[in-house]
Amino acid sequence: MTLAEKILSKAAGKEVGAGDVTVVAVDVAMIQDGTGPLAVRQLEKAGMVRVANPNKTVLFLDHAAPSPRKELSNDHRALREFAGKTGCRLSEVGEGVCHQLIVEKYAAPGQVIIGADSHTCTAGALGAFATGMGSTDVAVGMALGQTWFRVPETFRVLVRGSFPPGVHPKDLILHLIGLLGADGATYKALEFDGPTIREMQMPGRFTLANMAVEAGAKAGIFPSDGITRSYLEQAGRGGEWLPLEADPDAAYERTVEIDVSDLEPTVSLPHTVDNTRTIGEVAGTPIQQVFLGSCTNGRLEDLAVAAAILRGRKVHPGTRLLVVPASRKVFLEAMDSGHLRTLVEAGGMVLAPGCGPCVGVHEGILGDGESSLNTSNRNFQGRMGNPEGFIYLGSPALAAATAVGGVLTDPRDFLE
Amino acid sequence: MLLEGRVWRFGDNVDTDQIIPARYLNMVDPAELARHCMEDADATFAGKVQPGDILVAGKNFGCGSSREHAPVCLKAAGVSLVIAVSFARIFYRNAINIGLPILECREAGRIAEGDRLEADLGAGTIRNRRAGEDYRAIPFPAFMQEVIRAGGLVPFIREELKRGKAGG
Repeated sequence: MTLAEKILSKAAGKEVGAGDVTVVAVDVAMIQDGTGPLAVRQLEKAGMVRVANPNKTVLFLDHAAPSPRKELSNDHRALREFAGKTGCRLSEVGEGVCHQLIVEKYAAPGQVIIGADSHTCTAGALGAFATGMGSTDVAVGMALGQTWFRVPETFRVLVRGSFPPGVHPKDLILHLIGLLGADGATYKALEFDGPTIREMQMPGRFTLANMAVEAGAKAGIFPSDGITRSYLEQAGRGGEWLPLEADPDAAYERTVEIDVSDLEPTVSLPHTVDNTRTIGEVAGTPIQQVFLGSCTNGRLEDLAVAAAILRGRKVHPGTRLLVVPASRKVFLEAMDSGHLRTLVEAGGMVLAPGCGPCVGVHEGILGDGESSLNTSNRNFQGRMGNPEGFIYLGSPALAAATAVGGVLTDPRDFLE
Repeated sequence: MLLEGRVWRFGDNVDTDQIIPARYLNMVDPAELARHCMEDADATFAGKVQPGDILVAGKNFGCGSSREHAPVCLKAAGVSLVIAVSFARIFYRNAINIGLPILECREAGRIAEGDRLEADLGAGTIRNRRAGEDYRAIPFPAFMQEVIRAGGLVPFIREELKRGKAGG
């Protein structure tokens, strides 16, 4: 069995395989301030203002946090009231991006996690079956503690080789999406394995799993191994670890093999994520804004990579650098380690932990014709609040190099 | 279930940020959302779409954000059916859950803006009156037609509950 088949079989209480439609128990359910109010209204309409597992149901205020408008403030109020009535967990403004907090505090190997947010797949890095759904689907899952799935076929992604200097997991996932196409894995699970994956620490795994949906995938799943275990132990949740491996005879629809030794820093060009180029093809493109953050690349390790490049340098006068730690924990660690001081001394500004400019509702909205280089996961037209803006995606190293250069810049120019 | 309407044509990878930008997600009234339908793909669309019209697109329609507001606003704008070469998976489930008919049709590329179509959801057939052509789509399962007829999953569950009670 594949990882997806193993996890869904356990949750279904019977053996299921690719193509089967099955009802499964939900371990963790989440909604956020963009999609959550609709989920709550659907529950009220259905006369089901209750949740099956309040301690494992989380409402996040992160997409417009802090709120820029009274209408969104009232959405926040409605979610706080719902949490009060049902006993759900509430993650307040300033605590961070839902997907980062789910992996810090809730997700564990073998779980089924559903969220009214497409990047819910991030938690697959911990060996969970985690997937995004719409508000009504998640509302029903919250109320009943169950949902239904068609068990997906799996693409196996085998990764080998060592990352060359200046090349990071973000470059790998952008390269993979360019290879598969924006719909290349629609309805499928991506299962990551291979020697490079087995050596990759959790932050890199989160970056890969986070973007599985950008190839259309339902989930991006990793085996649960010693690295998973030490991550959970450091989070004080070692007891939630369990080993999880696909069977050696598991059936895969397709296997994709990538040797990262050959990879170069990679950029997604406007307006689709699969529109990828190597930096050599696009270096020199003027960039007015750099956004370092998000559920894809807003972790301590990402800020550290950027700070190493920006130390003793200045952000280009024609460019602004927006830094958004993915969670309060990341914020505090980046303060203690001095990374935030480095980034601010270089001319960057630090915004509240949360989704920040990624989704274009409350800060960092582009002007007409402006371009932004983001470490986030999506570069659709209008994504950052203005259809006349242009969004490029790249790694934190490429973001820092670009902030210094004021144009798309190869991070390898800054290697010492 | 038979549907008939005039076609508006879009391309590949129409994402949910284009269908309804995040800046409008706090709107509660579907009619209000409908005024911004497809705004970042075609700002004039909301002003010209008529009740019953059919939206035809290429592959991967509805990719990106999980926002259910996307099918909600299309339905409220009067779109009676979306036909695409393929749909992103979250959008597909959301459309059924809120009662928006959709058909997956490999030959959708043969349909042009302004064409008049007749579609049979259950049979999975599409008739293009202008071109005089017939296309095969993936038939819509009977259960899903019932959900669509009820207006979505929540009204469907409520009807089922009522029927269960009535039957004793």
